[in-house]
Amino acid sequence: MRPMAQLAMVMNLDKCIGCHTCSVTCKQTWTNRGGVEYVWFNNVETKPGQGYPRRYEDQEQWHGGWKLGRNGRLQLAAGSRIKRMLSLFANPNLPAIEDYYEPWTYDYRNLTDAPLGDDTPTARPVSAVTGAPTSVRWGPNWEDSLGGAPEHAATDPVAEGMRARLGKSIQLEYEQAFMFYLPRICEHCLNPSCVASCPSGAMYKRAEDGIVLVDQDRCRGWRMCVSGCPYKKVYFNHKTGKAEKCTFCYPRLEIGQPTICAETCVGRLRYIGVMLYDADAVGRAASVKDDKKLYPAQMEVFLDPHDPEVVTAARRAGIPHDWITAAQRSPVYSLIAEHRVALPLHPEYRTMPMVWYIPPLSPVVEAVSSTGFDGERAGNLFGAIDALRIPVDYLAGLFTAGDPDPVRDVLRRLAAMRSHMRSINLGEPPDRYVPKSVGMTAEQIESMYRLLAVAKYADRYVIPTAGISRAHELESIGTTCSLDTDGGPGMGGASTNGHGNGQTDLFTWRDGERPEGMFPSLGRKR
Amino acid sequence: MTSPIDLLLWTVLPYLTIVVFVGGTVWRFKYDQFGWTTRSSQLHESRLLRIGGPLFHLGLFMVIGGHVAGLLIPKSLTEWLGIHNELYHLVSLVAGTIAGLATVVGLAVLVYRRWSVPAVRKATSNNDKLTYTVLGATILLGMFVTVVVNGVQGGYDYRVSIAPWFRGILMLQPDSSLIADAPLMYRAHALFGMALFLLWPFSRLVHAFSAPVRYLIRPYVVYRSRGETLATRSAARRGWDQP
Ligand code: HEM
Ligand code: SF4
Ligand code: SF4
Repeated sequence: MRPMAQLAMVMNLDKCIGCHTCSVTCKQTWTNRGGVEYVWFNNVETKPGQGYPRRYEDQEQWHGGWKLGRNGRLQLAAGSRIKRMLSLFANPNLPAIEDYYEPWTYDYRNLTDAPLGDDTPTARPVSAVTGAPTSVRWGPNWEDSLGGAPEHAATDPVAEGMRARLGKSIQLEYEQAFMFYLPRICEHCLNPSCVASCPSGAMYKRAEDGIVLVDQDRCRGWRMCVSGCPYKKVYFNHKTGKAEKCTFCYPRLEIGQPTICAETCVGRLRYIGVMLYDADAVGRAASVKDDKKLYPAQMEVFLDPHDPEVVTAARRAGIPHDWITAAQRSPVYSLIAEHRVALPLHPEYRTMPMVWYIPPLSPVVEAVSSTGFDGERAGNLFGAIDALRIPVDYLAGLFTAGDPDPVRDVLRRLAAMRSHMRSINLGEPPDRYVPKSVGMTAEQIESMYRLLAVAKYADRYVIPTAGISRAHELESIGTTCSLDTDGGPGMGGASTNGHGNGQTDLFTWRDGERPEGMFPSLGRKR
Repeated sequence: MTSPIDLLLWTVLPYLTIVVFVGGTVWRFKYDQFGWTTRSSQLHESRLLRIGGPLFHLGLFMVIGGHVAGLLIPKSLTEWLGIHNELYHLVSLVAGTIAGLATVVGLAVLVYRRWSVPAVRKATSNNDKLTYTVLGATILLGMFVTVVVNGVQGGYDYRVSIAPWFRGILMLQPDSSLIADAPLMYRAHALFGMALFLLWPFSRLVHAFSAPVRYLIRPYVVYRSRGETLATRSAARRGWDQP
């Protein structure tokens, strides 16, 4: 056993209202710079839909993630190392900017500068890449709330997968259609295929907290990570020529604050905490043969932080005491392993993702009530799960590689919670059969309810800091801003010119300036 | 007796080139890690790049191989191995033409792409334009001497003039007179070659030094310790004068 710590996230999809606050605040913080106009480290897509970039889930097309080789060993889906080295000169699997969308802005100046005339001046859209007038044909969220679904949603790869598996199509007619929102960030995988694809070794998984980062100084722009990630969560900055990705807001986490996307989520649906896992077991778990066994296999990799043996091993592995206690209080561990209501996104990519999701249940109550039955009675609810507007099989295609049973179990636990808590709220004696029928105790159900419904800030985010001994250095985060220049936020790339940190880039070297530290000073050191 | 001009061009300039090439690369590596990238433009355009990119690079690698063989391996060695002059000439002509043609066509596609795709054109810096000019001129001149001087016009044995001059430079026994009488086009090719090497450290061509060969033997997943690199510490200085 080789215990390692991982900061992980769980999102409760039942609560996502698709407001995009997370996307916007993340963008304001990390990608409001040149070269990454089209980049959304956090995006919220509507399911069913093609997603961003379009149809990224179709690995037949993009060859992201891992697959099992003929010898049963794990290999990158894009092919052998030699094959990928030979495709360095032109990457056959790289999405084009149109697959994301061509970013645009508006010619606002025309509103004030247009000469006097009969027509009201307009602000026409111009491409943010070339500056030329453009017509907007696709956007980062073109399919919001099923916009254009009759035309596009049938080519949703998850829906296509469901059709191929079961011969069942999704309903797109107005009164039978279903939808839910899926916020996506980098999964900070246990077995990251982006890291494995990087020829320069510039991408790495941080040993202390499992956050996957790009070293901006070592990245050489080979852009293999972009295609290597099956979730398409590594992006290429076309101005700096370097890859960029979600940082899990590590500068915030290091001082115990949640990520920007979680902090600003109005639905309060995100949970962040520590997971302990056995690094030795990852490779084996990621290479189990049957795709459907990948979810249980990943569960096996997690270690129980309450187990004294695990605690001793973790301590021996150098995991700090406050990280171990944080793991014991981790809301993420509770939701994933204790209550077992969170599921991984596309485990079949074999990257062992670490942002998990509680599948949505909401419409079922409405659906049952509208037929005249009591929508929150357990018996009715359980029976209705298979008749859900959101097909269990569709959810299974997203979260369990197509196995409906774990999804059904999760939905039953959520339904049991509703029914149990309703009895308590109405002052009725709760039916003891209800918790038992989903393999839980009444206490467990109530604790899950507290975590899902009333958890306060400190319960949703249990984040140990990067070290008390460094506290005075950490304070400086409040007084310096590392994000305000092109190409340099956090991710190892510090600010460029004029900030006196002795680093510049020949392409941004301005006329008549001699940046500090560019030449060795021959004079005596002061 | 070599003229001062020849001395300048064929002894001083080569050493200057070496100093700038090596020194410039070290300087850039130490000073500008963040600017050290291919600055790939594939995000904007894939179709042409997928033809031009591999054609140009693979052709170029053959060309580089040919230069190494032609300039560094002395004639006496190949003769001792029993390779006749005619055979060598024929092989170098045929292989050189194929490699050169691939390179030229590849580069033509890449330049056309730079020109005609608006987003790629926008991403082309002045530095790029200079690099393309010098690179293109060097390659075209090289192609010209291979096909015309060495082929159509019947052949010129650079292995008794230019190659010894080149090896003389490397062995610190420069002799300008060896190359001074080579055909004009050969000398022009060599001059543009030196200009290319002068430009190299300061252009996008530095990406060639980062050919990721270590990737072939590295473990897939890289772990790195947070160590001293907390985001909240002021970033370590990457320039020359460490505080
Ligand atoms: C040593 C191995 C090399 C590798 C792996 C390599 C790889 C690459 C890659 C990935 C690109 C970016 C293509 C794109 O996506 O836009 C590129 C572009 C380029 N490379 Fe190389 N390269 C190598 C050597 C060289 C050499 C020796 C030269 C020239 C002397 C060279 C000249 C160029 C040029 C001019 C471009 C720009 C092409 C364009 O976009 O118009 N490369 N190279
Ligand atoms: S989701 Fe994140 S960690 Fe996983 S492969 Fe993609 S970029 Fe890498
Ligand atoms: S963790 Fe931070 S960088 Fe990642 S999506 Fe959320 S806000 Fe963006």
